[in-house]
Amino acid sequence: MKEEKLMVDGKRIDGRLPEQLRDIKMKLNVVTRANGSAEVKFGKTTAIASVHGPRALFPRYLQESGTGILRIRYNMAPFSVNDRKSPGPDRRSTEISKVIRLALGPTIFLEDFPKITIDGFAEIIEADGSTRVTAINALSLALAAAGIPMEDLVASCSVGKIDGTLVVDLNGKEDNNSEADMAFAMLPNKGVISLLQMDGALTKKEVLKLLQSAKESCMKIYEMQIKVLKDFYKGE
Amino acid sequence: MEELYALELIHKGKRIDGRKFDEFRAIEISTNIISTAEGSAKVKFGETEVIAGVKIGTGKPFPDTPDRGILIVNTEFTPMASPEFEAGPPSENAVELSRIVDRGIRESDAIELDKLCLVEGENVFSTFVDIHIINHHGNLQDAASLASIAALRNARLPKLENDKIVRGEYDKPLPVAFTPINITVSKVGDNFILDPNYDEEKILDSKLSISVRDDDKICALQKQGVNEIKFEDIERMLDTAIEKSKELRKLV
Repeated sequence: MKEEKLMVDGKRIDGRLPEQLRDIKMKLNVVTRANGSAEVKFGKTTAIASVHGPRALFPRYLQESGTGILRIRYNMAPFSVNDRKSPGPDRRSTEISKVIRLALGPTIFLEDFPKITIDGFAEIIEADGSTRVTAINALSLALAAAGIPMEDLVASCSVGKIDGTLVVDLNGKEDNNSEADMAFAMLPNKGVISLLQMDGALTKKEVLKLLQSAKESCMKIYEMQIKVLKDFYKGE
Repeated sequence: MEELYALELIHKGKRIDGRKFDEFRAIEISTNIISTAEGSAKVKFGETEVIAGVKIGTGKPFPDTPDRGILIVNTEFTPMASPEFEAGPPSENAVELSRIVDRGIRESDAIELDKLCLVEGENVFSTFVDIHIINHHGNLQDAASLASIAALRNARLPKLENDKIVRGEYDKPLPVAFTPINITVSKVGDNFILDPNYDEEKILDSKLSISVRDDDKICALQKQGVNEIKFEDIERMLDTAIEKSKELRKLV
C-alpha cells in the first residue's frame, strides 16, 4: 500500500517535526448573516463554521421543555477532496456530526435556553486531513463570536502514529497511511476530554503518550483562539 | 424510575441486578444459526439480544484499495427491539454503532482483506456484516461487536465457478487472523461499570468504547455519552478493557 516513507531523517513529508502543528490561521465573523462564525485553517485544511441562534425550534415536538438543544452539521464540499465527494449526508458525516455535538455540548449552558435551539454548521472547503478537529476549533470560535454563554472554549487536534513515530496534526497523506490516528478535543480550563476517537493499533503506553501530546497541542491552539477573539473585540 | 434506583444502588457499591461493577450479564453465543448466511451468530447479554449475519458476494473493489476485499458493516435497530426505535433509515446511533464495530474489525486487521482479492482492480470478495437488534436491554455496542466477530469467525467463502458464486457451496473459511473484542467502560459518579443494562444506561456520565486485539493492542476508541472524561480515568478504563477482553474472547 505504502508508496513512500512518511518520516525521513526525523522529519515529515511537509518538513515538520513530529510534535509540530501546521501553520494555523483563524478568522472571525466571515459569515455576516450568522450570529457568529469563524474560518480555521490547519495548513490546507479549511473549515468555515457558523452559529445561528439561540433561535426558536420547529417543529415543536423537537423542543425540550427543560433545556435547549444543540444541533450540529458537519459537511464536506464535493470539491474539497481529490475524487469528488457526492453531496449530502453519508454515514461518516452523520457520525462526525454527532461526535462534534458531544464535543461542544458540555461547554454550553443549554439549560438556560428551554425549548430553544443553537445550530452550528461546519463546511469543509478544502480537506487535507484532520477535518473534524478543524471544524471543532472553528465551531468553538463561532459559538464564542455568537455570544453564546459558554463555560470554556473547546480546542481540538489530531494525533497519530506514522512510520513508527508519534506525531501531532496529521495531514491528508499521513492520515491515509497512518498506523493509528486519534481525534481529540478538550476543554482547556476544565482540563477534561470531550472528544476521543482512535483507530489503528497502539499499545496502552502509546495511547497515553498520544493523549499527552494532544493535550499540549490543544493548549497551543487554545492560546491562538483566545488571541483571535481578543484581537477581534479590541478592534471593534 | 428504575434508573434512579439503579443510581442510588451504584453509589452504595451495588447494582440493580446484583452484579459486580466489572461483571457482564450471562453471555450466550450461538453460531451458525442461519443457513442462508455465510456466517452468523446470536449473542445474548441477559435480555439483550443481537443477531449478526455475514453475506459474502463479489464485486468491484474500491478504487483506493484495488487489491483488497470489501468489508461493510450495517446495523438495523428494528422497531421490535425497543419502544424508542422507529422504522426508517438508520438513526444517528445506529450509524455510530456500525462504524465502531467496523473500525474494531478493520483496524485490527482481523479479516485478511488482501486474501479476498480475485482479480486486482476488477473482482474481489465483499463481506457484509448485518447486525440486527432483536431486543434492546442495554450495551448494544459490545453485544453487536461480539456477534459480528463471532459470525465472521464461522463464515465461509462461497465456491466460485468462472468467477460466479455457487450459492450453498463453500470453498474454505473466511480468513480471520484476530478476534478483536469491544469493551465499553462506563462511568457513573466515581464508579466504573461494565455491561450496563437499559436502566443503568440512562444514568451514565460518560463512556469509552475500547476495541482490544488478541495481542492487547488498542484498535479503536470512541468516547460516547454527553459528559467529558478526565485524563486520569483513561488508563484505568484501558486496563479494565484489556483485562475483560480476554474473558470474552474465550467465548468466541
